[in-house]
Amino acid sequence: MKKTYLSILVDNHEGVLTRLSSLFTQRGFNIDSLTVSATNDPTLSRVTIATTGGEEEIAQIVNQTKKLYEYEGIFEIDPNDSLIRELLLVKVASDSKNRSSLLELATIYKAKIIDISVGSIVFELTGKPAKLDSYIQNLEEYTILEMCRTGATALQRGEVIMSK
Amino acid sequence: MKLNGSQILAKVLIENNVDTIFGYPGGAVLNIYDALYEYQDQIKHYITAHEQGAAHAADGYARSTGKTGVVIATSGPGATNLVTGIATAYMDSVPMVAITGNVGTALIGRDSFQEVYIAGITMPITKHNFVVRKIEDLAPVLRSAFKIAQSGRPGPVLVDIPKDITAAVTDYTPHEAQTADKKSYIDGDNLAEIAKIINNAKQPVIFFGGGVKNSNAGEILKTIIKKANIPAAHTIMAAGVLRYDMPENLGMLGMHGSVVANKTVDNADVVITVGSRFSDRVALAPDKFAKKAVIIQIDIDRSEIGKNVNADYRIVGDAETVLGQLETLIDDNTHTEWFEKINSYRRDIPYSTGGDTLHPKEIMDILSEKAGEDGIFVTDVGQHQMWAAQYLHHVKSENFLTSGGLGTMGYGYGAAIGAAVGTGKSHVFHITGDGSFHMNMNEACTAVTYNLPVISVCLNNNALGMVRQWQTTFYGKRYSSSEPDRKTNYVKVAEGFGCKGYSCRNAEEFKAALDDAMASGGPAWIECIVDREERVLPMIPGGGTVDDIIYQ
Repeated sequence: MKKTYLSILVDNHEGVLTRLSSLFTQRGFNIDSLTVSATNDPTLSRVTIATTGGEEEIAQIVNQTKKLYEYEGIFEIDPNDSLIRELLLVKVASDSKNRSSLLELATIYKAKIIDISVGSIVFELTGKPAKLDSYIQNLEEYTILEMCRTGATALQRGEVIMSK
Repeated sequence: MKLNGSQILAKVLIENNVDTIFGYPGGAVLNIYDALYEYQDQIKHYITAHEQGAAHAADGYARSTGKTGVVIATSGPGATNLVTGIATAYMDSVPMVAITGNVGTALIGRDSFQEVYIAGITMPITKHNFVVRKIEDLAPVLRSAFKIAQSGRPGPVLVDIPKDITAAVTDYTPHEAQTADKKSYIDGDNLAEIAKIINNAKQPVIFFGGGVKNSNAGEILKTIIKKANIPAAHTIMAAGVLRYDMPENLGMLGMHGSVVANKTVDNADVVITVGSRFSDRVALAPDKFAKKAVIIQIDIDRSEIGKNVNADYRIVGDAETVLGQLETLIDDNTHTEWFEKINSYRRDIPYSTGGDTLHPKEIMDILSEKAGEDGIFVTDVGQHQMWAAQYLHHVKSENFLTSGGLGTMGYGYGAAIGAAVGTGKSHVFHITGDGSFHMNMNEACTAVTYNLPVISVCLNNNALGMVRQWQTTFYGKRYSSSEPDRKTNYVKVAEGFGCKGYSCRNAEEFKAALDDAMASGGPAWIECIVDREERVLPMIPGGGTVDDIIYQ
């Protein structure tokens, strides 16, 4: 079992995300995270799926995805040669006693403060999913009021360009 | 040429050489049915008793003719009634285009009368589906539907058309018929290397499924079997690809397959699998399947390779193309010792006839004899289906229609109607059981309306035989809901529908009834009384292996 990031190009049609997620659900494939967005080509959407599975299972996921009529391309992202990024927004309970230690932690992780209200601070952090995990882990000794993560997006470094 | 959406639909059907469709009218498809009235000289529409019957008829039409089946239903319940038929076609890779009406675009999403999101419902049971949002999209979408249904591994495609689209007007320009995408690609391991393994094999066996039938690879398969002297077993989907009496044909593999087929695969050193997906009814214990063998898998669908059973060598491609190339690389060979060994695996399951019931084998033998080699057989699902698969004298793959993947009870009558319409044969034999028959026997009215020569042979054991058999074997004879104790008088019901009806208790009565029904040329029901204790044998229990075969 290993964490795998799949980058999938699909036609930018209505329902295509439903079709893709229905396929994953039907066949019992894991989705750890999923992001979808438009691309520089307006006819295409790019989906990044983080999944966990054995080699045969990943191959099944890839081959089943290729059967979708709206499929235009898929590749498994090589984590050693890729830029994998995720965004985190986290609202932490804060008062005069813990504020400075929260700010210190944010500085270490290069998290941005995007809102300070009475009783809470919202931090924004972008980075590899593992970095976000680690930041959240450190925040656990405080009170996390709310948080949300975008899920991973990814591009291969350098010359590799994925297109139809 | 300016035409409305319904006329464009008719025109695209005609473009694609569709002259026969099945369906059922309703509010959302009134415009479409008006166009069908206009084009009735070019497209013959068959109305069934129920949309499910229409979907199965389109399926039976497709399986028996090789053409794409077309079914039309209205929105809401009309569309949902197609679902079982579409799923049946999907599981067995049958090319079908299903057209559903929907409420008008302005009413979509408002829980309008007879509105259902059929595109969402059918997403997992179609190759693809479309909702037509603009009249300009209609003709291209319909053409894509035909293309997708036929290309690669065939399957059903659904096109949902809101009512306003069926009335909207746009330009129509005729196109040529859609054809399946060229199927010459081959991908995967080296064929020469695979051929070498086959040439060096001491105990090889070929095991093939519906993909061979779909790709018309039967002839090249026979050539390889003869040239390399390799025995072959098949799945239920490929019954009839090889003649039943061909010496190399070991019969069906799997749960109710022949002992010799199962033991041969189990003892083989090389297994060449063509167009089969190793379903759980074939590879009951996938980890133990052909465990002494090098497994070579050939399939047109990349996702089938290694899905259930791990294959050592893998080829993605059309069966006919791949086997054609493989044949040139395979040596003439003989496997005399292997065939001697195989003969020692053969084991007949004893049976007795007589008394006041018919034995299933007796029924299938008589049917094979009376129907001749052109006879088309369509089954429902359950014990009778397995007996038909085991005992009929299969000679042509397009002449045996059965719901292999989904296992749809109630498939048979609609499919037999589709086959009768599609082939124009003088008889189509619908083999059913009392359980399956009760699901869709209402299609008798369709057979009567169009005077179709569908002869339904109902093996009546007054039980849901397959369920009951499992309860006998695995559930300590606790017959939970498998003995409904129905009092249906088949002869009277048949007559009530306008069919001929017969009831038989022995071979003589059955032969006489068949002769009479076949001579009448119209639809008929023949009830055959079968002993309730009769079981389908041999049997390998789910998850089991050849070591677990139940013989009696």
